Amino acid sequence: MNLETKTKITWCPGCSNFLILKIFKEVVEELEKEGIKKEEIVFTTGIGCHGKIFDYLNLSSFYGLHGRTIPLAQGIKLANPKLKVISFVGDGDCYNEGIEHLIFAAKRNADIKVFVFDNRNFALTVSQFTATSPKGFKGASTPFGSIEEPLNPLELVFSTGATFIARTFTHETLHMKEMMKNAILHHGFAFLEILQPCITFFNNISFYKERCYLLKNENLESTKDALEKIREWDYKDGKKIPLGIFYKVQKPTFEDEFYKKNC
Amino acid sequence: MFKKEDFILLIGGEAGQGTRFGGNLISQVFNQLGYFVYVYEDYQSLIRGGHNFSEVRLSKEKREARKKEIDVILALDQKTIDLHKERLKKEGFLIFNNDRAKSEQGIGVPVEKIVKEEGGKGPMVNTALISAFLRIFNIDFSLWEKILRAKVKNDIDVNLKIAKRIFEICEPKFQILKIQEKESLLMTGNEACALGMMKAGLDFYFAYPMTPSTSILIFLANKEKEFNVRTYQPESEISVINMALGAAFAGKRTAVGTSGGGFALMTEALSLASQSETPILIINSQRAGPSTGMPTYNLQGDLNFVLGAGHGDMEKIVLQAGNAKDALFCANLGLNLAWQYQTPVILLLDKDVSENTFSVEKEILEDLKSKGPKIFEEKEGENFYRYQMTPDGISPLAFPGGKFIVKANSYEHDEFGITNDEEEIVKKMIEKRKRKFETIKRELQDSSYLEFFGSRDSEIFLFPFGINKGIALELAERMGFSVIFPYLLSPFPEEIVKSYLKKAKKIFTIELNSLGQYVQFLKRYGIFAKPILKYTGRPFFIEELEEEIKKEI
Repeated sequence: MNLETKTKITWCPGCSNFLILKIFKEVVEELEKEGIKKEEIVFTTGIGCHGKIFDYLNLSSFYGLHGRTIPLAQGIKLANPKLKVISFVGDGDCYNEGIEHLIFAAKRNADIKVFVFDNRNFALTVSQFTATSPKGFKGASTPFGSIEEPLNPLELVFSTGATFIARTFTHETLHMKEMMKNAILHHGFAFLEILQPCITFFNNISFYKERCYLLKNENLESTKDALEKIREWDYKDGKKIPLGIFYKVQKPTFEDEFYKKNC
Repeated sequence: MFKKEDFILLIGGEAGQGTRFGGNLISQVFNQLGYFVYVYEDYQSLIRGGHNFSEVRLSKEKREARKKEIDVILALDQKTIDLHKERLKKEGFLIFNNDRAKSEQGIGVPVEKIVKEEGGKGPMVNTALISAFLRIFNIDFSLWEKILRAKVKNDIDVNLKIAKRIFEICEPKFQILKIQEKESLLMTGNEACALGMMKAGLDFYFAYPMTPSTSILIFLANKEKEFNVRTYQPESEISVINMALGAAFAGKRTAVGTSGGGFALMTEALSLASQSETPILIINSQRAGPSTGMPTYNLQGDLNFVLGAGHGDMEKIVLQAGNAKDALFCANLGLNLAWQYQTPVILLLDKDVSENTFSVEKEILEDLKSKGPKIFEEKEGENFYRYQMTPDGISPLAFPGGKFIVKANSYEHDEFGITNDEEEIVKKMIEKRKRKFETIKRELQDSSYLEFFGSRDSEIFLFPFGINKGIALELAERMGFSVIFPYLLSPFPEEIVKSYLKKAKKIFTIELNSLGQYVQFLKRYGIFAKPILKYTGRPFFIEELEEEIKKEI
């Protein structure tokens, strides 16, 4: 089965989303070799540049509403726990509209994988600030700079009980592949923040390249270490940006508990 | 003269004294005696204190209406006497808790004293007071014992001791016998919904608590095993409906329930269900609004909202129910239609349909079936197209995880499901969905989706909305009017309805709102009605309705 569709890709030429698409396909091919059929991988998308991946991947999928694709994914997983369910979301799509769904999916340890294409602005609507835009971000709606401090999404999901928290960067393709695979194979809620530069409206490729370093992925069950690493960069200027798995523990999943109750 | 074949009993007290449960026990006893039962529940949004009451109508013929005049009052507190004694008929009975209330008339029973002496606890005073009533009406202890054993979960022995003591100290003053050989199912509209959906093959029910829809969730949560249904309470109504759509996409029959405010939060996803052609049944039980309104009282104010809900150029199916039997039928029908036509279906209830108790004939359950969707059958070399063009507009379904790639899309899309905004494809896809609704309209133009009472020669027609159906039927029977109650509000069976109205001179709607929304609705189809309105949160008394209509004719 071909993973491609015939659809013309309409991301900006050179968009870092092309890297995500390419690497994700490779991950699917590798997983297939490990016994996970393509037909059993289902993804959902929200609305935004990230969501266009729906049209470019020949996998079962549901293109949902802006901010509401995480509940959609949980419904699919509940209905058929055999499926591997991935939610592709954007920063505006997940940290602005619908942030409660991220919190609750993490809290109940739903066995879905949330891949955030964090370009740190609303790009498809021609650039406005989002929850992870830095203070002073000059977007279409904030010509004099946004007045809010950014959110550290990793700290948020950590506090809500996520059992897998990782961050990667589109231009670290090998690392991104490893993180995607790890997230998909994690039994439980997996949160993967992907730093995805928007080359048209917020090109921070060199900013990331200068600061990103790879974690050793040790002591993954330590909450103390996790928090320390998570707080190393607060989505403001910063000197160093850690990439890798911050935290990983095993807990019963939402679906395990859901099918256990009353039986 | 006390009319044994049709009387009303009111049991009242503070929240926490178990008046509702008391009304339920009395209903169970009279159900065994061949009576039809209708219980109107009046309670406030608080946990302890205040004033709650149940009006239990017991009759030989089916009667689902309130009356101002009542025949029996069982008062657990003083407030019940003070608030309702004026409604008591001269020949009526007042039986009260004389440890807590005083009255010159009526029969005082030291129920709290007896409960204490027998080692009972607070809420058992209603067991004691009901026992007094049953004894005074000379009902067999063995029947009462049977009901208590079936319905009381804790401390049954203490309850029985209390009941026995009361039977010893009270004297029969009246005689009620079995009125006919008949035993119905007793259920609330919400329980009926749950049962109806289960019969349509419900897999999942998602809901966020909101009065008056909450008891559907509670009922199903307690019946998961028996019904083979699973329930969940997600973080918000928005999550509820999106989770439900995800589950339906993956092949599970799913429904959600809420009231107006929660429905408002669901409307964006209602539109998603329409565009993505994902089956879902949404139950909206109206309570008093606007905004938070009066959670435990009834204003039927969501008709305009529900009919118009869903942004964009979309259609949907809307059903209404007027009692538990309808709720059973419509919830079953609604979930089936959602799957047969891959569309959102809304079932509109109101607080009184949802929470009042009705007698339902057992035979109805046998007619309730699960009807399946059109499933894609694989032929050599054929690909699966989720939104395949078909003459009837219905594209065969497949689910993810099987052999095929299944794509559902919130954006306008091509047959495979890929986002598309090219003129020709957009037009074809919109016309496919339109054809689907034409199919729905054609297939649902059937008089079985409408209840008609009376005669085509009638000059006066009543169009009751929701709970007002019961009162309309009773008044129509007495005054020779006809009643039309369409279960389907959308698509509205216009031609069938109009065929009944050929000789109509006056048409009235009966509705619990101030704007006459049902009048506005009928006007769209060229049916011009006059509204009979009440908007205090409480449904009509039949005396009130009669007076209002007499003024108009």
